[in-house]
Amino acid sequence: MRTTISRRDVLKASAALTVGTVFASPTRAAAPAPVAITPDLVAAATREGKLVFYSSMDLPVGEKLGKAFEAAYPGITVQIERSGSERLFQRVAQEFDSNIHAADVVNSADASHFIPWKKSGWLMPFVPEDVAKYFPDNYRDPDGMAVTTRLWLSSIAYNTNLVKAEDAPKSFADLLDPKWAGKMVKGHPAYSGTIMTTTFQIVRELGWPYLEKLSKQRVMQVQSSTDPPKKLSLGERAVMADGNEYGIVLLKEAGQPVEPVYPTEGTPTISGPTGIFATAPHPNAAKLFQAWLHTRQTQQFFVDFTGQYSVHAQVQPKAGRRKLADIKLMKEDPAGVEAMTEEIKTRYARLFRV
Amino acid sequence: MTTTTTSSSTAKPRIDWTRPVLWLFAAVLVLLILLPLSWLAVFAFTDKSRHPTLQNFVTLFSNPDFLDPLLTTAIIATTSALICCIVAAPISWLVSRTDMPGRQTIRALVTASFVTPPFLGAVAWELLAAPNSGLLNQLYRLFAGDDADALFNIYSMTGIIFVISCYTFPFVFVLVANALDTMPGELEDASAILGGNAWTTARRVTIPLALPALVAGALIAFLQAMTLFGSPAILALPAGFHTMTTKIWSLFQYPPKLELAAAAAVPLLVLTILLLQGQKALLGRRGYSVIGGKYGAPRRVELRGWRWAALGFCLLVLLNPVFLPYLALLNAAFSPNATTLVTPSTATLHNIVFVFTELSSTQLALKNTVILGTATATIGTILALVIAYVTTRKVIAGHRVLGFLATAPVAVPGIVLGVGLFLSYTRPPFVLYGTLWILLLAFLTINLPSAYQQLQAAFATIHPELEEASRILGATRLQALRQITAPLLRTGVIATWCFIFIGVMRELSAAIVLFTSQTKVLSVLIYDLNEGGDLAAIAVLGIAMLVITFAVVLAVNQIPMSGGNAGAKLRNG
Repeated sequence: MRTTISRRDVLKASAALTVGTVFASPTRAAAPAPVAITPDLVAAATREGKLVFYSSMDLPVGEKLGKAFEAAYPGITVQIERSGSERLFQRVAQEFDSNIHAADVVNSADASHFIPWKKSGWLMPFVPEDVAKYFPDNYRDPDGMAVTTRLWLSSIAYNTNLVKAEDAPKSFADLLDPKWAGKMVKGHPAYSGTIMTTTFQIVRELGWPYLEKLSKQRVMQVQSSTDPPKKLSLGERAVMADGNEYGIVLLKEAGQPVEPVYPTEGTPTISGPTGIFATAPHPNAAKLFQAWLHTRQTQQFFVDFTGQYSVHAQVQPKAGRRKLADIKLMKEDPAGVEAMTEEIKTRYARLFRV
Repeated sequence: MTTTTTSSSTAKPRIDWTRPVLWLFAAVLVLLILLPLSWLAVFAFTDKSRHPTLQNFVTLFSNPDFLDPLLTTAIIATTSALICCIVAAPISWLVSRTDMPGRQTIRALVTASFVTPPFLGAVAWELLAAPNSGLLNQLYRLFAGDDADALFNIYSMTGIIFVISCYTFPFVFVLVANALDTMPGELEDASAILGGNAWTTARRVTIPLALPALVAGALIAFLQAMTLFGSPAILALPAGFHTMTTKIWSLFQYPPKLELAAAAAVPLLVLTILLLQGQKALLGRRGYSVIGGKYGAPRRVELRGWRWAALGFCLLVLLNPVFLPYLALLNAAFSPNATTLVTPSTATLHNIVFVFTELSSTQLALKNTVILGTATATIGTILALVIAYVTTRKVIAGHRVLGFLATAPVAVPGIVLGVGLFLSYTRPPFVLYGTLWILLLAFLTINLPSAYQQLQAAFATIHPELEEASRILGATRLQALRQITAPLLRTGVIATWCFIFIGVMRELSAAIVLFTSQTKVLSVLIYDLNEGGDLAAIAVLGIAMLVITFAVVLAVNQIPMSGGNAGAKLRNG
């Protein structure tokens, strides 16, 4: 079990330390023993026949993942509930308050959500074998309640038909130039966990005055962080002020006229942990899914297919894609996000009027 | 009050079962409406620990964050209602009372715009008139140059008013056209015989007779525009402003501020009650029975040279709610990029394959929607029929209260009703959240006012003398209803059923509060997709939704009902 220390250390040095610590306490006393995918687990999961996955991943990406699981384990259907992480957080609260337990597994783009969920005892401790072996400590809950499935960025981007490379913004500060007024699009922190995390990091690094000035730029306000890349590729707006960098990368690879910009101030970084609800109606399917999701094979498929990053030590970046180590990243701080969520929602709504 | 006891002197052996049944319906209605409204009232006037307070209203009326949306909503609702009347009145007159060609086609096209859910229309208009990527703006720039400002900006107040009007004017059209259809020709003839020219006849006879329908239509249009959630959520938020409904929705963000949301509904409720009272004061004392024992065929006005111009006008209007949006949706469904014009070489089935084979919510949402649509339409029609009968024929004491209760939900924005239902049915004795039942109740309550209005109007135009004649000849109340009233109402009943079914398809605002992952409906799925920017998937789902609606509406119109011919004869004169 301790054979991969060197790999883990390498990983810590490259990505983890620059990005910050998602799960604070390093003591792992309470974590249950790692579980491998056994024929018994598969049989029990297949008997349940269904898995309900609450997730904020861009829909085509999430559904592709679900189909891959269905193909790997015939007889289990995956139902994906996609919405913004903040919206999902509200719905989970609403459903749990009413004693409705439909969700098996949840992947949130706001890592801070796992703090109250864990505190309320809503999560089931479960450590897949691959997580124990190949995932760095600061990307897994010490008690086995959640593990960071994916890392991704919220960057700036522009439409290459509408903006010449030399005129493109290089930094967040550039976005305040009057020439971008009415030409930008961004997501909403009360809907999207990605944008909530991004807004927190931007406020920490640049302060509220930056957002106050940005709000005067007549920015088109969409909800999900998956939407700005799409609005950009349609040519509806020239510049994306925040949104999924992986959306831009995938659209660019598909030949759309979009180009990411990694701002000089640093690029906001988001980690998306996955956990199982203690009340999961399909607990075995949930465990199988959680174990499968964090295998090297799935993580590699996920990285290749979705343009996001993995903290699995054995996963290789896809050729031609930018490495995390080459990008100046903003640090993550889920506890900070949790403490500031209300302030961000309130002040943001006041500034941007919606 | 009309507490007419069955006269004991005429020793009738049979018991009249109608009365207890009617009381039962009344009780159901009271429960259905009063329970959620009471919970709303409780929340509006209390704080978190349920101590009475007016603080919610103080917050509401001292904060520009709430006052601005209130004003915006008032402007949108008033303007939309006006536009609807201005557009719908001439079209309904043209199809109903003139010899314009293609009258049935125009009716069908208006139905098509009615069937289109407003949120789908809003997405379609995003595809058409988003300032930069919109198809119409792209077309305009072909002529005006690449740097030209956008011709249309759908993300604006005007854009929202336009889109709301597109999908609200059918309410006015249906009411006015029905009134004109059933208006007896004799009255106009009499005016003509007495020397009135066409204009005098219109002013003194036709318009006054159609006025109640127009006023009712304006009212419904106003209330629809006021309580609509989907279109403003899709178009106003990107533009950076709120309407009342989107503001209320934002209050449900975690942690939910239900007290403020309930309080925010009160101004809308008060406004609606005032409007309904105003309508009564305007029309109250006159009688408008236009179908009596005798009737004559309405005569068609000959337009002569203007016939084709009139048709052109109708088609031009219908370009906006029907032709353009449907084209945009079809284009997006088959295009690799939602706002690029599809060509044979770029056409793709990818979006269709995605929606029907990869998107895991599609099947469930389709199933839930069809089940809910059918069930709500059937139960709702029966309920509305009984209430309309009770109130127009004044059968039981307190019929006025019933009529008010059946109309009251119109004042409650769907989203707020959703909360009321949520509060009512998440605790014993009725734990319904998480099941389709709570959605059924929501859709029933929301659609009851228009269903009731429609059937009440149908009853009001059938003079009780027909039923009375039957009862004098020895029929019981039920027999009279079955043999006389039912055949006359056939058209109205079928129309109401379809109305409700379509209403369920269009409904988003309550569903968005009440759905869970297992009880998702199509409207919510489409709204979710819009928030993620998956426009092509919306186009595919939207078209599928329209196909289903049309198929169901057509099928229902084929159902024979007792005395169907009589109804048909009545309409054709």
